[in-house]
Amino acid sequence: MFVAKLDHPADFDGWRGAARAALALGIAPEDMGFAVEGEVAGLFAEPLPPLPEDARPAFVPKQFPDLARKLVCHADADRFVFAYRLLWRLQIDKRLLEIASDTDVVRSIEMEKAVRRDSHKMKAFVRFREIETEEGRHYIAWFEPFHHVVELTAPFFARRFAGMVWSILTPLRSVHWDGADLTFAPGASQDQRPKDDDMEALWLTYYASIFNPARLKVKAMQAEMPKKYWHNLPEAQLIQPLIRNAEASAQRMIATAPTLPSLRHERQAERNEMATAVREGAFGGFNKRPDDIDEAREQAKHCKACPLWEPATQTVFGRGPSDAPVIFVGEQPGDQEDLAGEPFIGPAGKVFDQALTAAGVDRTQAYVTNAVKHFKFVPRGKRRIHQKPNMGEMKICRWWLELERELIRPKLIVALGATAAASVLGKAVTIRDTRSKLIDLDEDTKLLVTVHPAYILRLPDREAQAREQAAFNEDMARVREYVPEIALAA
Amino acid sequence: MAKLTLVEKLAILSDAAKYDASCASSGTSKRDSSKSKGIGSTEGSGICHAYAPDGRCISLLKILMTNFCIYDCVYCVNRSSSNVQRARFTVEEVVKLTMEFYKRNYIEGLFLSSGIIRNSDHTMEEMVRIARLLRLEHNFAGYIHLKTIPGASPQLLEEAGLFADRLSINIELPTDIALEDLAPEKKPAEIRRSMGQLRLKIEEHTAEKKERAKPKRFAPAGQSTQMIIGADAANDDAILGRAENLYGNYRLRRVYYSAFSPIPDSSSRLPLAKPPLMREHRLYQADWLMRFYGFERDEIVSGGEEGMLDLAVDPKLAWALKNRERFPVDVNRADRELLLRVPGFGTRAVDRIISTRRHRTLRLDDIARLCQSIDKVRPFIVALDWSPGGLTDTEGLRARVAPKKPAEQLSLF
Repeated sequence: MFVAKLDHPADFDGWRGAARAALALGIAPEDMGFAVEGEVAGLFAEPLPPLPEDARPAFVPKQFPDLARKLVCHADADRFVFAYRLLWRLQIDKRLLEIASDTDVVRSIEMEKAVRRDSHKMKAFVRFREIETEEGRHYIAWFEPFHHVVELTAPFFARRFAGMVWSILTPLRSVHWDGADLTFAPGASQDQRPKDDDMEALWLTYYASIFNPARLKVKAMQAEMPKKYWHNLPEAQLIQPLIRNAEASAQRMIATAPTLPSLRHERQAERNEMATAVREGAFGGFNKRPDDIDEAREQAKHCKACPLWEPATQTVFGRGPSDAPVIFVGEQPGDQEDLAGEPFIGPAGKVFDQALTAAGVDRTQAYVTNAVKHFKFVPRGKRRIHQKPNMGEMKICRWWLELERELIRPKLIVALGATAAASVLGKAVTIRDTRSKLIDLDEDTKLLVTVHPAYILRLPDREAQAREQAAFNEDMARVREYVPEIALAA
Repeated sequence: MAKLTLVEKLAILSDAAKYDASCASSGTSKRDSSKSKGIGSTEGSGICHAYAPDGRCISLLKILMTNFCIYDCVYCVNRSSSNVQRARFTVEEVVKLTMEFYKRNYIEGLFLSSGIIRNSDHTMEEMVRIARLLRLEHNFAGYIHLKTIPGASPQLLEEAGLFADRLSINIELPTDIALEDLAPEKKPAEIRRSMGQLRLKIEEHTAEKKERAKPKRFAPAGQSTQMIIGADAANDDAILGRAENLYGNYRLRRVYYSAFSPIPDSSSRLPLAKPPLMREHRLYQADWLMRFYGFERDEIVSGGEEGMLDLAVDPKLAWALKNRERFPVDVNRADRELLLRVPGFGTRAVDRIISTRRHRTLRLDDIARLCQSIDKVRPFIVALDWSPGGLTDTEGLRARVAPKKPAEQLSLF
C-alpha cells in the first residue's frame, strides 16, 4: 500500500503530482492511498516514490482535469483514490467518460454535480457582515459548506468583490482577500465573525415584503434552499412565521372589499380624460377623411381594416415630402421595416438605395411607400418568413395608397414589382409587359413599372444578379430623366 | 403625513414590485471587477441568493422607484385608483440599497421598475439616472435590469441600454383588446413599437465576427416581457400564440407568465381567487417545448382540450398520449429530434444517450441511469432488452404515467 501526502483537504495539485507518479510506477488503484496533512496514514503505508524521470506522460482526455479538480473537493473520504481509479481506467479505455451509463462515470457525474452545487450555494448563501477597522471596512462571513469547496470558490469572490477587503471563515478552511491576493488558512470558528450588521434589518424587510403569500410553495423553496443551510442565513428566521401567516393574509386580500378611489385618483382620471379629448379632437376622432399626409399617417397608425395589423408591430406608412414629384411604391414592409416603422430600410432597401445613388436620384426628395402597409409573415421559431399579401389585403390597403397619391399628386409613380403595379393600376399586370415604359395614369401622373429590389437579392447566381441590378439602375436613370428635379445635388 | 423611513419605503416599494415574476440575472456578458477594483461581476449563469416561501428565487433587489402612478390598470396593485400606501425612493436611496445589499452578497444586482409619475419620459429619466450613477460613480459591475416605461423617448431607451444588462417592457395581457379594456392608458401598439426599437438597437450593438472593434454594450442580456395569466378570458392557445409572436418579432430572451394573484385593495372587476399556479406552470413547460424541443404551438395545444393545456399531466406527456402512433422510439437508433419528444427525456438525457450509444448498445438499465424516471419513459421507448409491446397503446396508460398524487400547488387552499 502506497500513500501520498496532501497539503489540505482539496489539494488538487498534490493529488495530480502523486497520481502521475503512481501511474508511471504502475501502482493499481487498490494499492494506492492518500493522506491529508494531519491524518494518520495507516499501519502498512509506504510513502510514494517520486515520479521516475523517464515516465511517459499519462493519457488525459480534455474534460478530465476539470472533472478531477471537482472530484477532489467532494466530502467522500475515498475521493482521491476514486479520482485516481478513473484516471487509471482511462489509460485502458480512452473514451470511458463518454459512456454515461458506466457506474464509475455515473458516480463521477454525481460527485461533480454535488461539488458544483455546493460551490454554487456558497456563492449564493455566503452573507458578509461589515465591521469598521483601523484600516477601513472589512467584510466577514461565516459559512459551512458540505464539501471542500473553499479553494474552488474563492476566486469567484475575488473577482466579484475585488474592491473590498473580505474574509470567509469555514470550519475547515478560511480565505482572506486584501484587495490584491487570496490567502488560505486553516478553519475558524463561528464566534470570529461580527455579531451583527445594520443592513440585515433592511434585508429581512425586503425578504418578507417580496414574498407573495398567495403563492405559497414551500417545497419549491426547500428544493433550492435546503434547511441544512438555514442556520447561517439571517433571513431564514422569517420563513416559519411567513408560512404560518400566509394563508390568513392571502384570504384577507381576497375577503377585503375594494375601497373607493382617492381624490388624488379622481383628479388624475380627469386629467387623463382631458388629455384624451384634446388628442382625439386633433384628428376629429378619425371620422373624417384626412386633409394632409401627416393626418393620414396618424390615422393609418390605427388601421385594423384587415387582419394583418395584429401580428405586426406597426403600420409602416410612406415617408417623404408631401409635395414629392415621385412616389416609389413597394410591396409591403419586411422584418426590419416593421420594427423601425420606416419603408425600405432592410436588405431590399439597401439595393434600392444603391440603385438610386448610381442613377443620381435623391431619395430624400421622393416619397417612398408600400402597396400594403403591414408586414405579412409566418413565425418560424426566431424568424419571420415573409408572405406575399393576397388580393383582398391589397385591395383593402389600396385605400391608403390612393389617398397618398391624391394628397401628394406626383408627376411620376414608380411601381416596384408586380404587387405594386397591380395596386396602382387596380388590375393585375405582368412585369414583362409593362416594364420600363411610361404609362399614362391621368393627365398629371405617369407610371413606371420595374422589378422589386428584393427580386434581385433572391436571384441565386451572381451573373443574373449583376444583369438585373444593371437593368434596375437603368430604370432609376429613366426616373431621373423624366423627373430631373429630384436629381442629387452635384 | 410623517416622513417615511428607509425601512418603511423598502417595505412598500418591494411589496409593490413582487407581482413581476422576472428575477433572472443570467445570460449577460461576462465581466468582473478584478481590473477596475470596483464591485461586482456577472459570469453567465445567474445566482439565486435566497428563496422566499413562494418558491421564487431572490436574485435581484426588485423594487419600484415609486408606486405613485398616473395609470389605472385594473390588474395592478399600484393603479391610481387603489388606496395602497404610496412611497417614493430618492435616487440616492436606491443606489445605497443596491450597493450595500450587493456588498453583503444578498443580491446579484438591481431590478428597477416604477409607477409612472408625471409622464413616461420623466419617469424613465429618473430610472436611467440611477443606472448611470451605479455604473459611473460607484463602479458597479453587477446586474441591472430596467423596466422600460412604454412611450419613453427612443433617446432614453438607448441610454438605458448602455447601462442596463436587460431591458423589459411588459405586454401585460395576451390580447390587445384585453389590454385596452383593463389598462386604458396603455397602448399595445406603443409597447410593440418599443420592443421593435429595442430589438433593432440590440442587433445594432451585437458585434459581427468580422468586425474588429467591439461595439458598445447594449442590454447584453436582451429583452424580456411578462404576461398576466387568468385576469382575462384568453385561453392557453391565445397566450402561447402571443408568446410565439413576441419571440419571433422581437427576439425576446424570455416571456414570463404570471398567474394573476390577489392583491391588496384589488378591483372588483377582476377574479378574486387563488392564482392559477398550475396553469402558469404548464404554460412555462409549453414555452420550453416551443423553444428548445422543436414543438410547434398547435402540436402542444392539441395535447389538451379546446385551446387549454391539460393541467393533470405535462404538455409533452399530454401530446405523447394523444399521438401514440409515433411511439415507441428506439433509443439506439432514433435521431435527436425524436428522442426529445419522449416524455421524461430532457435535453441533457438526450445528449447522454447519443454520446453513450456510440460505444455500447443501450439497455433499459442504462436508460434508467441516464434519465429521471424510467417508469415514465418505459412505455415510449425500445431498448436492446426492452420493448413495450402493447403497453404503449393500453387504455390505462394515462393513469399509469400521470403523477400519482395531485401536485402540491393544488392542495393549498
